[in-house]
Amino acid sequence: MKVLKDLIKDYRFAISFCILGFLLILAILSIFSPYDPTLWGDVPRDLEPSWTYLLGTNSKGQDIFWQATFAVRNSLIIAVVAASVSRVIAVLVGMVAGYKGGRTGTILMFVSDVFLVIPLFLIIVMLAMLVREKMNLVNLGLLLAVFGWAWDARVIRSQVLSLREREFTQTAVLSGTGTVRLVLNEYMPFTMPLIFSTLINNMAWVIGLEITLAFLGLVNMDIPTLGTMLQWAISYQAVLLGYWWWILTPIILSILLFVALYWLSVSISEYLDPRTRIQRVGV
Amino acid sequence: MQALLEVDHLTKIFTLGSMVSRVRITAVDNVSFHIKPAEIFALAGESGCGKSTTARIILGFEQPTSGAIVHKGKRDAQSKNKQVWFTEGIQAIFQDPFGTFNPLRTVDRYFFETIHSYKLAKNKAEAIERIDQKLKAVGLSYEEFAGRYPSEFSGGQLQRISIARALLTDPILMIADEPVSMVDASLRMSIVNLFKKLKDDFGVSVLYITHDLATAYYVSDRIAIMFRGNIVEEGSVEQVLMAPKHPYTKLLRESIPEIDPNLRWSQAVTLSDTEQEEYLRTGCKFAGRCPQVMNICKNVVPEDVYIDGVLVKCHLWTESGITPSIPVPMRKEPVD
Amino acid sequence: MNRLMIRTEQLKAFYVLDVHGDQTVVKAVNDVNLEIRENEVYGIAGESGCGKTTLLKALYGAVDPPLRLVGGKVYYFVDDQPLDITTLSAEEKRRLRWEYVSYVPQGSMSVFNPVIKLKETYRDFIASHVSGKTREEAFEIAKGHLKDLGLPVKILDAYPHQLSGGMRQRITIALAALLKPRMIICDEPTTALDVVVQRGVVQMLRDIQANLKNSIILVTHDMGVQANVADRIAIMYAGKIVEEATTETIFGNPVHPYTRYLIHSLPRFGDKTTRESAPGNPPSLSDLPSGCPFHPRCPFVLEICKQQMPGTYKLDHNQKVACWLVEERQDASSS
Repeated sequence: MKVLKDLIKDYRFAISFCILGFLLILAILSIFSPYDPTLWGDVPRDLEPSWTYLLGTNSKGQDIFWQATFAVRNSLIIAVVAASVSRVIAVLVGMVAGYKGGRTGTILMFVSDVFLVIPLFLIIVMLAMLVREKMNLVNLGLLLAVFGWAWDARVIRSQVLSLREREFTQTAVLSGTGTVRLVLNEYMPFTMPLIFSTLINNMAWVIGLEITLAFLGLVNMDIPTLGTMLQWAISYQAVLLGYWWWILTPIILSILLFVALYWLSVSISEYLDPRTRIQRVGV
Repeated sequence: MQALLEVDHLTKIFTLGSMVSRVRITAVDNVSFHIKPAEIFALAGESGCGKSTTARIILGFEQPTSGAIVHKGKRDAQSKNKQVWFTEGIQAIFQDPFGTFNPLRTVDRYFFETIHSYKLAKNKAEAIERIDQKLKAVGLSYEEFAGRYPSEFSGGQLQRISIARALLTDPILMIADEPVSMVDASLRMSIVNLFKKLKDDFGVSVLYITHDLATAYYVSDRIAIMFRGNIVEEGSVEQVLMAPKHPYTKLLRESIPEIDPNLRWSQAVTLSDTEQEEYLRTGCKFAGRCPQVMNICKNVVPEDVYIDGVLVKCHLWTESGITPSIPVPMRKEPVD
Repeated sequence: MNRLMIRTEQLKAFYVLDVHGDQTVVKAVNDVNLEIRENEVYGIAGESGCGKTTLLKALYGAVDPPLRLVGGKVYYFVDDQPLDITTLSAEEKRRLRWEYVSYVPQGSMSVFNPVIKLKETYRDFIASHVSGKTREEAFEIAKGHLKDLGLPVKILDAYPHQLSGGMRQRITIALAALLKPRMIICDEPTTALDVVVQRGVVQMLRDIQANLKNSIILVTHDMGVQANVADRIAIMYAGKIVEEATTETIFGNPVHPYTRYLIHSLPRFGDKTTRESAPGNPPSLSDLPSGCPFHPRCPFVLEICKQQMPGTYKLDHNQKVACWLVEERQDASSS
């Protein structure tokens, strides 16, 4: 498509696209894994990378390469679930608060402020401790989603507030457009860059938070994610014992993921920015 | 002939400031006028006089503090819902042609929306035909317009497209809020001539809001001059602009640059420094700048009086004109 | 004849835009030759999109990418010596600015920092251009200057948003005239202002010019303002100057078909006869028609107009017109 062609010209998009492509392939490869990722002792321990074991093995007796495929897959699942759910909430809350204004808007913003102000970390720690066994990927994603929408709802609301004052809103009203259609058709093109860039930033935030929680041992440690891999490596003293392949794998994968997400977010939101779009339009 | 639209003692007060210091600005102060069918009525004045606020109230984008708008016999007095309740008979065009349309959507979307919302056509072919008809009325055609974004047109073209969209519903009243202020002086005539054509060929009335008295003179039948929320003079455009009675009208008239280098301004003019102070005056709001100010002007709000069929709000005319003891109709000029 | 202040020779300045690989060239200033003298108000009139603002930028030496100087020269005559400003460094240009030539851009009433009072803006300005003054002295200079121009001194204590648009515009112009420059360039100073305020701004410009006896270059599409303040007027169309003459001549005897349309389309009081603007639309500067850029809209178009750009012909009273019709007329009268 033309959009993709235009975007590829930006080196940041091109590189991040490739990295994400690579990571996605890794994630998909997990389907073909010959080992169950939750079991220990499938393979000899602490072996350096070789042709049999591409990234070596860890002290739990697991093949690191296949662990990594699961880790990437699971981290991405959590991130996607959390970020998309929180976008939906943020957009709904922000747009309704912005367009309706008045009492509805004030109430919604109050709720959003409450979520902003609650000490996020304490609540997550508390909830995670309570439901540790039931904390599968999707639930973790939903939990993080609940805490990820408040800031962006406010941003979207302020954008809708300013769009409401523009003359084309009046034109749309005079054309007989109903409220919902108006907000969707007229304002969405402006809100898109916000939604996209915050989506991707949110994903990065979620992955970071997941790694932190795993580090503290607050998630189900048997499910491989980037965070849990890191946590196991550290608690087994991989650094001291020189098992560099075990600790570097999650670190490098995480760095790749963060950089790719960041560049993706920046290049897409620049592309979607109404100011540059107006320049492109009609050319 | 019944008036098409009547504005009846409309008042709008804005409160500015925080809880500590509040200022109440009476943007529209007890304004009354009416528009007849097939006439162009100009509402003129400088920025801050309340003309745009009046237009927004008529269209329903703003709620009045008191007073009513009467249209087709129906009164709209402070209805709490924000629905624009007569968008079919009344349409509007705005000042900034580039702001009127969403820069990220094609312009024809608005046309199709209008047709869809008011059920003006049964299928797409009929819709296109209707759109084309209205575009031709403003001097454009469907081919050069379809699928284009606002940035692909010039300001003058966009303004004409805006008029075409307003015509889709066959309105009887068009409210034009400063339609040519952002259009180049050389292209203004084409837009303003369109209004004349709408009136002559289609019987559409136009409420022409502007600060450009030259085009107001050229195209309107009647005119009302507003100053800081009050109508200070109202009557036929020949009388008001060629023989102004109110000192403010005279000042406006003289300040219009003549298209003749031999008629340059000779006198210096004093300007107000901030706009707020004039709103808050007791008595006549123009007293601070009026070259013919009298003592009474600073304390007593002038009444509306009738001289030669022109309505004037000025103490000069109350003194020498009709004495207040004779009951004078508060605002209405005899509607024939 | 007064001294020469600015001269341009075959000035060409284009915008070269590159949007995702598609290159567009906007020929904003396309072969402009003009001379501006001391102690005169030179008006440049034309529709939006004709290149007037770009011409001003080129005259001011503010040619930054994507605007590029593609050809021609701009000379300032400082102490009667021609100075080619296209070759000056940024530092040399900075020294000329505000003291020799100052620029009031469009919409400049919005240039004030909204969170500081006007007196701070004035003090900063004076401090950066006039050395060796204490804050108090700078403040006195500012007050004196405002008094000279008939502006109330108390506005210095106000924030920009507290003042009306007209007042802000006058203060901007006052700031531009503070250091008594030999040239002041104003881009649409009265657009978006009310009619009475416009009169006040024009008055102020005239007063400044009368006092300093310098040159003012005034760009506006409002012919009424031009009639009231300009001594000579140049009509610009699609990047070229199509007619240049004294104000009386332009209004009394316009020759170029575009100028004629411009003058005759203006509404006048006491006369309700129908007036017409020029038909059609001004051309896009990135997609100019061949030959004379006005030919698609010209009622007197000849074959040669479609193929070749006309040269500039001189008529009586120093009137210059770029039109093939004039050449025809000159041939006819001389034969």
